[in-house]
Amino acid sequence: MDALKQPRPETRVITGNAAAAYAVRLCRPDVVSLYPITPQSEVIETLERFHANGTLDAEMVQVEGENSAQNVVCGASMAGARVFTATSSYGLVFMYDAILQTAGYRAPVVMVNVNREPPGIHAVCSGQQDMIATRDSGWIQVIAESVQEILDLVIMAYRLAEDREVLLPIMVNYDGFYLSFLAESVEIPEQEAVDRFLAPLNDQPPRPVLEPGSSKGCGAHGLGAGYVELRRKHMAALDRARGKFDEVDALFGADFGRSYGGQIDCYRTDDAEIILVTSGSAVGTARTVIDAKRAAGVKVGLVKIRMFRPFPIEVLTKALQGRKAIGVLDRSIAFGWDCGPMYQEIRALTPEIGTVPLLSFIDGLANMDITKPHIERVVDDIQRAALGHDYQSVTWIASGE
Amino acid sequence: MSVKELRFHGRGGQGAVLAAKMVASAAAKEGKCVGSFPMYGFERRGMPVVAFTRFDDEPIREKSQIYTPDCVVVVDPTLLGLPNLFDGLKPGGVLILNSTTPLAERPCANLELSGVVNATRIAVEEIGRDIPNTALVGALAAATGWFTLDSVLEGLTEYLEGDMLEKNIRNARRGYAEVEVQTWH
Repeated sequence: MDALKQPRPETRVITGNAAAAYAVRLCRPDVVSLYPITPQSEVIETLERFHANGTLDAEMVQVEGENSAQNVVCGASMAGARVFTATSSYGLVFMYDAILQTAGYRAPVVMVNVNREPPGIHAVCSGQQDMIATRDSGWIQVIAESVQEILDLVIMAYRLAEDREVLLPIMVNYDGFYLSFLAESVEIPEQEAVDRFLAPLNDQPPRPVLEPGSSKGCGAHGLGAGYVELRRKHMAALDRARGKFDEVDALFGADFGRSYGGQIDCYRTDDAEIILVTSGSAVGTARTVIDAKRAAGVKVGLVKIRMFRPFPIEVLTKALQGRKAIGVLDRSIAFGWDCGPMYQEIRALTPEIGTVPLLSFIDGLANMDITKPHIERVVDDIQRAALGHDYQSVTWIASGE
Repeated sequence: MSVKELRFHGRGGQGAVLAAKMVASAAAKEGKCVGSFPMYGFERRGMPVVAFTRFDDEPIREKSQIYTPDCVVVVDPTLLGLPNLFDGLKPGGVLILNSTTPLAERPCANLELSGVVNATRIAVEEIGRDIPNTALVGALAAATGWFTLDSVLEGLTEYLEGDMLEKNIRNARRGYAEVEVQTWH
């Protein structure tokens, strides 16, 4: 619940993009690569301003495109630097080969991806399809709900990515427009407190880095068994990232007074008969609907997905077992499955959860607003399915169904 | 005070988005929880822009756009003719309008209070350019009393500095002093 309370009002009113930039500055990166794209540009512009006014001491590398942006931070990370870059949509897919490379190298890159519809149908609009298009890239993917959570999540991302038990790149996602440009009161931590929070990373054994004159290498041709071994190690690191993320979230809470539940956040689920699962900015609006439905006697709870890669298999199974019906609200689509991607992945947990009505809702594509009436309708549909009525498996709220 | 929801209508370059944030900052100075965001595709000068601001004593969790505003702020007078300008305005609603002339008639049945100010003239005189936003934020404070002029001026320091801050402080003060309030019941 603490995460829901907005911080003290003497804190600053800043946008989601600015919050990301403040967090990056507090984490003292060595190398930042920069290339603008709506709705992310404000992140790198703010970092450039910090650099210009002397409050960010980092190597700022302006590149000619996102592919280079990713390769710069990948290379710098392999040389031992703490790095940052930010992108969105077209930028994310333009660096696709490079993000696979970064993951394969196990380079602990921290990247903000401001969610926007990717190419195909041109839309300078919010939507999580860009993140979904990279779900099998081997990165850790996390998603924020509020401006404060963006700031906190970027700081947590460094602690998680650079943990020797993890050593993986991490993509911090937040909804373009609805969160990137949203100004809220945000508590900006003290530099000393963030230094203390990240200090344990320095007490670890050094990670292997590339140095001039030393004969180490990376990205060499992986032959059969060696390739398989690296893949299995990568999978094992992703597996460890789940529990580590819960730990980092709890440690952050102890230091800063805000924690968010780890891989998922369960809201009013204890005695819930039906559950709505969603992520991102829609969660905030959904909380108000859950409260109203609860007041009207509907036993509904909300599960927020904070970590999408690795998928929170165990905690989600526990949260979803024993319910009468479950609905999943996606802000993207799973091509080839006619449903939402998060729905698709939760459906894969059916043997563990048990067979109950499982409903997919698609809304919020291309800036379409996920409103309170939309979410009320979603909860009503889940409730009717729980009562044994016929239901539609997949509902495109975004097209007026 | 229960939640207040404001919708701003302007054109790219006039500072409607910034005005919405400045209102959030003014409310935050008085201990309110706030949320403010614009909605547009590309950034383009002259294009109609909509921005939203919520403030409340309670945390604001809702992240959707505003459909039933307590107040509509019109930064560009040419937008007064928009057919959907007053859509969803709550009964007892407020209009803050940049205009050279007072309203000839009540433009919407739910409108109870309007504050009209020639913010463009003030901006041209004080800033030297048509950036009427801060005069309108001052006018909003005077017409509604939702927050004080001091909170507005303090909030401006989060967005402006030096010469531009001084000019906009004068702009906001004049908006506060020169707004003409009309009421209907």
